[in-house]
Amino acid sequence: MDFGPYLFLATLEGLVQAAVLCLTALGLSLVFGVMRVVNVAHGEFYMLGAVLAWWITGWFINHPAVGFLLALVLGPALVGVIAWICERFILRRIEYDPEATIVATIGILYILQQSALLTFGPDARPVDTPFYFRVEFPWFGYSGYKLLVIAAAACLLSVAWFVITRTRIGLIMRATQFDRETAQTFGISVNKVYALVFAAGAAFAAVAAVLIVPIQQAHYLMGGDPLLLSFIVVIIGGLGSLRGTLVAALLIGLSDGIISVFFSPTLAKMVSTLLVALVLVFRPQGLFGVRNRL
Amino acid sequence: MNTDSMSKSIGLHAAVILVLFLLQFVLPEYHHLSVTRIMLLAVFAMGFNLLFGYSGLLSLGHAMFFASGMYGAGLAAYHLSWSVPVSFFFGIGCGFLLSLVLGAIALRTTGVAFMIVTLMFSQVAYLVIVYFTTYTRGDEGLVMPEAARSFGFLGREFLLTDPMTRYNLALILLALSMLIVILLVRGRFGRSLVAIRENESRTRMLGFNTYAIKLKALTASGTISASAGAAYALMFAYIGSSFATIQYSIDPLLYTLLGGAGTVLGPVLGTFLMFYLIDIASEYTTAYLLVAGIILVLLVLFFPRGLLGTLKEKWIRWLP
Repeated sequence: MDFGPYLFLATLEGLVQAAVLCLTALGLSLVFGVMRVVNVAHGEFYMLGAVLAWWITGWFINHPAVGFLLALVLGPALVGVIAWICERFILRRIEYDPEATIVATIGILYILQQSALLTFGPDARPVDTPFYFRVEFPWFGYSGYKLLVIAAAACLLSVAWFVITRTRIGLIMRATQFDRETAQTFGISVNKVYALVFAAGAAFAAVAAVLIVPIQQAHYLMGGDPLLLSFIVVIIGGLGSLRGTLVAALLIGLSDGIISVFFSPTLAKMVSTLLVALVLVFRPQGLFGVRNRL
Repeated sequence: MNTDSMSKSIGLHAAVILVLFLLQFVLPEYHHLSVTRIMLLAVFAMGFNLLFGYSGLLSLGHAMFFASGMYGAGLAAYHLSWSVPVSFFFGIGCGFLLSLVLGAIALRTTGVAFMIVTLMFSQVAYLVIVYFTTYTRGDEGLVMPEAARSFGFLGREFLLTDPMTRYNLALILLALSMLIVILLVRGRFGRSLVAIRENESRTRMLGFNTYAIKLKALTASGTISASAGAAYALMFAYIGSSFATIQYSIDPLLYTLLGGAGTVLGPVLGTFLMFYLIDIASEYTTAYLLVAGIILVLLVLFFPRGLLGTLKEKWIRWLP
């Protein structure tokens, strides 16, 4: 294969990565932006989404598409409920103190991950693709499902963007993000907003996982990489800025996909992690210059 | 700090060391080895606590300091065939340099950003170990050569394969670290650390260079952690990249929170309890880390000061 088509293939792979990363990082960014807390357990909500997808599609062995659609709705909803429980009974009780929240979410991380190990087991398990369809390019055939992932992520992101910028719920969320106390004096129930945002953030991670799980596999340790990548995206994009998050996710997902096709993935990860840590030290407002809220 | 409480506190710590010394004669073989490990991990936790408990800086990357000591000592002994004491001090030196340099960078940030930056640096350190697999053998690790299993010191021959020798060397390291930490935190330096923890801008306003003080604390903390790593590598004759994973950054946090942050003995007590809790849990299930998660959440919710921290607050005020 020539370099051109090869690069095209790498770009497609990168786009799939970027689509999933956008959704995952958006969840983390939303929680950080509105609640000002870092959710270290975010990757585990992603993992739960994948594991639930495996479980739900298992009911419909003969109709993978039905099972998948159900998983796409039910999985994130269940993860949202679990996140809501964590928010209600743990984070609210420690009053969202930034450091205590990190420690608490590390605890939640272990609880979720190890519970998955107990119930789901230590093996990686595949989930059937809902449909088989190959898009024939002149140089190679490409999985139609992967293209669907990109499209679905784009749709979901547009909906999220619309809700946040154009609806009353979004307005209330932004008001809470901007000034919690003033929002409260205007009769906004900050507790309800926080609970909703935390659940929605987790659900975004779960949606991303359900979408990607037919391509990868479900495994109880799969939450680590998306967590680190989401951190990177949120930091590069400027903490708490949604637009920055999307741009950075596209950038990182694409370059990660392309670089790991051409270079050693360990080296790519090493260099990008180091660069990001330095961005956080020397340019804490992120590369896109949004005001620092940390 | 009056002399009465000073002597009480010295007495208490000396008693802890004495009890540990006597324990080696009664412990069965399995627990003998466990306690040796615990003492080294307790040194690691004490190093972590010096930064977290006293200056309030929560590092999520202490595994890299532990690993720097471990790999500094281990690689020197393995590839350069340096003697055990020289390798040990070389490992500590590596930890000192790494914590000084990375501290100088990471301390430009505060709060949540500091935690994420240390977490990421530590992740990079882990990836470096995995990447240079020609020298480190990555995940598989290296087993120390026969030559690094014994050393002569002051005209005596020490065998690191002998459990008694290992136990007492670990105990000496624990006692020394305890002494250093007590001297650091009871003096002017320790009080300036606590001042930073309670209110950094006020401390700065009073004319303290808080950046320099925090850097000193981080360097001391990293160096103590590295000494634990170096000793671990040489005593148990194995180094591997699993010691640089995030797990090993969370462990000292867990030990410290359980025992009580900001007390000298807290991390030691926390390490003992947590080590045995996990040990017992792992007999029943492979998901033993569930215990760690539940304890972290419970501590944050109900005992934010840990066991000794709560004791100190309510009853034993003289605890350092």
